[in-house]
Amino acid sequence: MARFWSIYFMSWAALAVALCLAAPSLGWWFPDTGEAMSSIGRRIDGLFYIILWITSIVFVGTQIALGYVLWKGAVKPAHEKATYSHGNHTLEVIWTVIPGIVLLFIAIYQMDVWAAFRMRNYAPGEIEAIAEVTARQFEWRIRYPAPGKPLMPMPQPDDVYTVNDLRIPVGRPVSISLRSGDVQHSFFVPVLRIKQDALPGTVIPVWFDALQPGSYDLVCAELCGWGHYKMKARVLATSEELFQKWKQEAVLLQADDGLQSASPAESTAADQAQTSTP
Amino acid sequence: MSATITPPAVSIPPGDEMHAVHHQPGWIRRYIFSTDHKVIGIQFLFTTLLMLMVGGALALGVRWQLAWPWERMPILGDMLFRTDGGQITPEAYTMLFTMHATVMIFLVVIPILAGAFGNFLIPLQIGAEDMAFPTLNMLSYWFMWPAIGCFMLSFAYDGGPAAGWTIYPVLAVLPQAAPGSGFAQTLWLFGLTFVGFSSMFGSINYMTTIINMRAPGMTLFRMPMTIWGMFITAILQAFALPVLTAAGFMMLADRMLGTTFFIPGGLVVNNAPATVGGGQPLMWQHLFWFYSHPAVYIMLLPAMGMVSDMLACMSRKPLFGYKPMIFSMATIAGLGFIVWGHHMFTSGMNPIVGMTFMVSTILIALPSAIKTFNWIGTMWGGKLQFNTVLLNCAAFVSMFITGGLSGIFMAAVPVDVYIHDTYFIVAHFHYILFGSTLFGIFAAIHFWFPKMFGRMMSDRVGQIHFFITFAAFNCTFFPMHLLGIGGMPRRYADPYHFPYLEHLLPLNQFMTYAAIVMGFAQFILLFNFGWSIFFGKKCGRNPWNSNGLEWQAPSPPPHGNFDVQPVVYHGPYEYSSPVSGENDYLPQTEYMPRRPDQSQGH
Repeated sequence: MARFWSIYFMSWAALAVALCLAAPSLGWWFPDTGEAMSSIGRRIDGLFYIILWITSIVFVGTQIALGYVLWKGAVKPAHEKATYSHGNHTLEVIWTVIPGIVLLFIAIYQMDVWAAFRMRNYAPGEIEAIAEVTARQFEWRIRYPAPGKPLMPMPQPDDVYTVNDLRIPVGRPVSISLRSGDVQHSFFVPVLRIKQDALPGTVIPVWFDALQPGSYDLVCAELCGWGHYKMKARVLATSEELFQKWKQEAVLLQADDGLQSASPAESTAADQAQTSTP
Repeated sequence: MSATITPPAVSIPPGDEMHAVHHQPGWIRRYIFSTDHKVIGIQFLFTTLLMLMVGGALALGVRWQLAWPWERMPILGDMLFRTDGGQITPEAYTMLFTMHATVMIFLVVIPILAGAFGNFLIPLQIGAEDMAFPTLNMLSYWFMWPAIGCFMLSFAYDGGPAAGWTIYPVLAVLPQAAPGSGFAQTLWLFGLTFVGFSSMFGSINYMTTIINMRAPGMTLFRMPMTIWGMFITAILQAFALPVLTAAGFMMLADRMLGTTFFIPGGLVVNNAPATVGGGQPLMWQHLFWFYSHPAVYIMLLPAMGMVSDMLACMSRKPLFGYKPMIFSMATIAGLGFIVWGHHMFTSGMNPIVGMTFMVSTILIALPSAIKTFNWIGTMWGGKLQFNTVLLNCAAFVSMFITGGLSGIFMAAVPVDVYIHDTYFIVAHFHYILFGSTLFGIFAAIHFWFPKMFGRMMSDRVGQIHFFITFAAFNCTFFPMHLLGIGGMPRRYADPYHFPYLEHLLPLNQFMTYAAIVMGFAQFILLFNFGWSIFFGKKCGRNPWNSNGLEWQAPSPPPHGNFDVQPVVYHGPYEYSSPVSGENDYLPQTEYMPRRPDQSQGH
């Protein structure tokens, strides 16, 4: 029975490793293609895989050690006494210093990713704020400035509004002003590896980029009430031209009162937008 | 059983109070409003095991919804949600996970460690006749009941509190924010306050008792690891808990007195008039986690201590690295005060502070690693007794490795940004709180049961319980790591309405089957526990051939614990010592001139 138990302990660890090895091919891995679609997301994934390697090696090593001591205990002859030992100073030093070095490596290695993600660019002066995203129970309200204009802190008469549909241009870092209209929410785009809580009473700038055009799920990651699971939205990344074109059309559509085909004010806005498009 | 010492006819000389009078009190004073630490400990144990059932049932509700969303839940759903046709509504779902966490943390894990085992073991293991403040100790138990009353009553108001156990503002502060944020949330806060009182009474008592009431010869570095765990936990609690209590009162003031500590102005919640105020919701998170991160160690360190004791005894081998174990435990506790920010990497606090918290969090992995290696070292070369106690202890170590390693991912801030509030986190803390602590508790129940009731629990039944629980536990919680990597957020009543999560449904169903098996396996434990109280094999004072002082007292120990004042000559881990002769153990009360492996110089 004792041998059975030591095998029992080793087999669960073996199954866990097998499951992790099989998971990507079974689709139980990072969403969609498994690859991050933002530049910072790829660096995060790189960090994830390094930590996964380190922890896997430690996991396998310690589980084998545990299985080994259990097995040795199981096959020990009945008349033999246990080793009388209160510890070993050298061993203590070894298993303090080696994990210390590994942990230090993990701590220092990740610093640059975090600095690039949130410290150097946290208040992005040079990154254009393209929209203000206001989370509320249970939807995302998005406000864009009119074509050619910068995003103002207060709503402007010619702003463009969408709900649950954030449009961004691909290929360049963009920034949003994240705020909450009621309780706390969290702006989470899994494929872009971006998450930021929307804090009531605070406007938080969030920058990210999309490397390829596509529609990415935007979900809420902070409990915000009974409809927390319903805050389904998308981030639609398109080419720069399509993004500007959509915004111009949206301005026209939003200002259309159904009486005139196009007002002079709108056409000037559209002209301005066209000249500012590279 | 000579339970009491005959009172001396003359006045008691100073320093001899141990032999003071022990009146046997009446039935109510003996079993209900008892001031005897053992009775209080057993009261805590029964109460927390009852609450474990409640918390487990709530968890099965959560699992049901994740496997078969919006379907009628048999038995439990029909009982709880009759008006909704046995179906779990989204409001009910938020309540389920909120109360699952509340019950498990505040009414099971914290009180079963400190309340049940702390109470029972501290005086016995240090050779005292009772706690320093017996009446305070009784109050510590009886303050649990108003708390349980408040939590249970809160179910009756709008379906129960539903803002998560972390009750982040503004959701939990404004009654209009959610159905459960009305009076139910106020009751919840009162419940939290009562639990806080209970913990604080216990904590003061444990510190005083351990410092002042040790038996002659029981120096600090002769104390068993259990006592060290309880001692460090009591210190943690005494310093961290006031912060939570204060924060709880601030939130109560926000809710009832019109203050705005946590409410910023201009929020339009659920079409109510805009809020007025200048509060900061982030402040709650800081105050809450300043307590609740040390609370994680409050929920772990006593189990670490008990497992160290049990592993040494079941390996018939001295604990490997006794002092490194103590120092690493103290380091974990110390660092535990400066890592709370790692719960808040995405919260909107200054990201530069995130770097500081990352470094302190990485640091805390080091003492945890040292402890793990020492546990394996303890078993290494030991004469392992493969019984329920050892199996559960080995499971503790194995699960602690897994939970500790998944913690490294969270300590890496950029990676945490992705996995924060996903099922990866759920997997991580269940590996620590269930995988480690609860398996440690299972071991402790089997190990100290003979001392509590004078009878043995069935080892065969215990092994069956362990076999099922261990397999079902890993089947339930290990795949959660994959859900988290897949980007499945926590606290979703219906994740499958997002296309990118649809394919996770079969995996979730498998986990729910495992969880149901695990839930029902706990009846084996309860059966074994209840049956053995009355029909278990009778045992003597020291059924495990263990060294600790508690095994020198009769089983169960009478009022006043020891028939002879114990005197301690050495540490509790002298197993298989060359000087112990035929026995492979040497009780702490037996004289040993010098530890055989130490040179003259020491």
